[in-house]
Amino acid sequence: MKFAVVVFPGSNCDRDMYFAAKDALGEEADLVWYLDADLSSYDAILLPGGFSYGDYLRSGAIAATSPVIDQIREAAEAGKPVLGVCNGFQVLLEMGLLPGAMLPNEKLKFMCHFETLVVQNNQTMFTSQYEEYEEIQIPIAHGEGNYYCDEQTYEQLVERQQIAFTYKNNPNGSVGDIAGITNEAGNVLGMMPHPERAVEALLGNDDGLRLFQSILTHWRNNHAINA
Amino acid sequence: MPSMLEISPEQIKQEKLYRDMGLTDAEFESIENILGRLPNYTETGLFSVMWSEHCSYKNSKPLLKKFPTEGPAVLQGPGEGAGIIDIGDEQAVVFKIESHNHPSAVEPYQGAATGVGGILRDVFSMGARPVALLNSLRFGSLQEPRVKYLFEEVVRGIAGYGNCVGVPTVGGEVQFDDAYNGNPLVNAMCVGLIDHKDIQKGIAAGIGNTVMYVGAKTGRDGIHGATFASEELSEESEEKRPSVQVGDPFMEKLLIEACLDVIHHDALVGIQDMGAAGLTSSASEMASKAGTGMTMNLDLIPQRETNMTPYEMMLSESQERMLLVVEKGREEEIAQVFRKYNLEAVAVGEVTDTKRFRLEHNGEVAADVPVDSLAEDAPVYHQPSKVPAYYEEFQAMAPYQPNVTDYTETLHGLLRQPTIASKEWVYDQYDSMVQTNTVVAPGSDAAVLRVRGTDKALAMTTDCNSRYIYVDPEVGGQIAVAEAARNIVCSGGRPLGLTDGLNFGSPENPEIFWQMEKSVDGMSEACRKLETPVISGNVSLYNESFGGKAIYPTPIVGMVGLIEKTEHITQSHMKQAGDLIYVIGKAKPEFGGSELQGMLEGRHFGKAPELDLEIEAERQQKLLHAIQSGLVQSAHDLSEGGLAVALAESLFDNELGCEVAVSQDVVTELFAETQSRFLVSVRPEHQEAFEQNVEDANLIGLVTDDGMYRIFTEQKAVVETPTSELKQTWKGAIPCLVKSKV
Repeated sequence: MKFAVVVFPGSNCDRDMYFAAKDALGEEADLVWYLDADLSSYDAILLPGGFSYGDYLRSGAIAATSPVIDQIREAAEAGKPVLGVCNGFQVLLEMGLLPGAMLPNEKLKFMCHFETLVVQNNQTMFTSQYEEYEEIQIPIAHGEGNYYCDEQTYEQLVERQQIAFTYKNNPNGSVGDIAGITNEAGNVLGMMPHPERAVEALLGNDDGLRLFQSILTHWRNNHAINA
Repeated sequence: MPSMLEISPEQIKQEKLYRDMGLTDAEFESIENILGRLPNYTETGLFSVMWSEHCSYKNSKPLLKKFPTEGPAVLQGPGEGAGIIDIGDEQAVVFKIESHNHPSAVEPYQGAATGVGGILRDVFSMGARPVALLNSLRFGSLQEPRVKYLFEEVVRGIAGYGNCVGVPTVGGEVQFDDAYNGNPLVNAMCVGLIDHKDIQKGIAAGIGNTVMYVGAKTGRDGIHGATFASEELSEESEEKRPSVQVGDPFMEKLLIEACLDVIHHDALVGIQDMGAAGLTSSASEMASKAGTGMTMNLDLIPQRETNMTPYEMMLSESQERMLLVVEKGREEEIAQVFRKYNLEAVAVGEVTDTKRFRLEHNGEVAADVPVDSLAEDAPVYHQPSKVPAYYEEFQAMAPYQPNVTDYTETLHGLLRQPTIASKEWVYDQYDSMVQTNTVVAPGSDAAVLRVRGTDKALAMTTDCNSRYIYVDPEVGGQIAVAEAARNIVCSGGRPLGLTDGLNFGSPENPEIFWQMEKSVDGMSEACRKLETPVISGNVSLYNESFGGKAIYPTPIVGMVGLIEKTEHITQSHMKQAGDLIYVIGKAKPEFGGSELQGMLEGRHFGKAPELDLEIEAERQQKLLHAIQSGLVQSAHDLSEGGLAVALAESLFDNELGCEVAVSQDVVTELFAETQSRFLVSVRPEHQEAFEQNVEDANLIGLVTDDGMYRIFTEQKAVVETPTSELKQTWKGAIPCLVKSKV
């Protein structure tokens, strides 16, 4: 399986994502610079964390207008897995691929530590290797991770099982304790916590590895069917 | 500011305008002699910044020479952007510490943020990828509203910059004392990794080669920052806000990636960042180091504002700028590398064989001075030194004996001291994990990062107990180095070397100069004994606030160690019930300069604890050997607050309990800060092997699983309290102080 990690100016978790896919998962991965990207040959698109364009204007807002965005949209429409983490989530929101918006953390401070997440939906291509309602440890590192959507949108998210992860102890004020959501089709996942930071026991925890393994399992199953 | 061009050289001399720039009459005279004529306004400015303490070390040079700077693994000692030490496998570690005290005192967010930006550039300009940031901060009392503001904003500034550039802030220290009320200290350290073949130098070699300017445009910010940093803070310092630069971490992130690309380009000859004294220092130092000269056309400098004078351009400390020397005719190849990142690389000058530093502007010569005179001819002052009266008084005192009745309450009190209390409020704001190498995050004795692609790891720490240095600079200096090394050893590493951040008051005060002298003597001796050469550093003097009250002498040690195998990585927290608890070394009734003394008496006095460097080195070696042999579950050095505090800290993580027996002299056993001691936990099956390895280890008790912290003498329990309650005190102290309304 071949992963593309899209690198924007100011992305800073791009290598972490790359190493997670390549070394921890053991699949092919490339860092793809946003200007000369050709995403057509990749099986999954990873949008890394960081501060694309310095978070100027609004987190993810400028990246969401760059030319590579059309290709990301195409990949999403083609049903390829698209994972946006942290700033990548913010880009997906700004692109409109996922509903809602991000506000500054309730306590108005950047925060970085492990949080306990609850797997709300293990029926997605990103979460199949987790148990339903399993509690996993994944780090957060953000200043604007307070997910917001209106009541109607929230009800839809619940109804359509788009909430993939919630926080056990909401650290940032997110609506419904939301830590990660998918699109309706289930092939686009945006999440504030960093699964790519939790793929090796040496660094404290490897709960995040199963998210990448879920993507791989899904691809293999599909691949087997297509073959 | 009046138009500089209108001020004539004669006017500068007659009206002694050079004094406003920080030059003395004698220094101005010597410039006149060097040039054989009067300097113009721009030239006076060049000399004033290059001859400031910040750039020339004119007051500290004689002391810096005392540091041992060589060792078998040292690839680059002091003199370049940062020092470099070999770690094997053709890799090396690059590191340096730098202060940003004065800017942070007047504009804490930007002062701290640009401190981080500057130290990053020092490291990546060597060709290294920055892999970690640390810091060392000193503030006054958190009861003071202004101090609280400085504290919050400095932390926010460090976070704002470091988080954005994607370099993890993995460690550091924060201490609080009234001595820093008007003059906080903000020292930032950066650690980088490099392959030997990629090591760069800041040289302007090759006559005819092109000088290129890269990065942010030059504005009017930070003019005379280096001079500002070389004088005492005063009530007028607030007016120096324009001397504080404004940082753009996004630009820095682009610069990092572009520079780490460009070092692989064979057209690159030399690279240096524009730090203190901006364009002036980078350009003149690069030429001076190569034995060449340089001509620059200032019309070509990318400018953020209109009508900038040569003086303003040369003295601006606008951030995120680099100076490159590239092979003539290959400028476009270099420019292309930067274009990828939307950065402009502009040819602004040429390397010459004249050994002169020549600046042109609007078709006229704006400055023309011998290049070495800027970088190397700064005066060196051997300041008089005098033993301070307070020191003689302290030495003559009878040993201080604290009066403690309630041990549990005293322990809570110590855990509540902001210097000891949990710094989670601070480090939670730092991204400590980006780059996914952080094995031990902030909160243990040293931070640990694995070296990707190997089984090795790096341990790093910043340390300086300035209370000891104040009461006895020589012993205190030794302790600072020894304590940093202890932290490295406790995490399973062998200390490789250190960078020093020397923060003192005015060197023109003989008693302060004596503090400098003695602490450098003490540090040097410890460096030799512990085989930790000084490979880089920074000097920040004139740290005095309104009313001429100097800070405690604060020579910060930033140390890096090598952990040979990741399985050697050890942390301070105890792991499981049933493990045996040892203290290596015995407590003596030493309380001079201790945290307990400060808490009970509100000041520090008496003698510093003794330190025997032979014993120190031996215990460190033995403990490291025991760790490497797999005999140690946890290791923690005994420092502020003594055994009682170290024990509590070691139990917090897993909320374990302990049963520990001490002798009759309970106060000494629990709270003395006797040096060269470690708290270690060991699995029962390793008891014999451990005791054989470390003869100085005394078995004092065991870890329990009932969450009760218990200390006994032969007769009775002297402390018996839930670990969770101690933890609450320790964790809650700083958030509580920050929130409280004053």
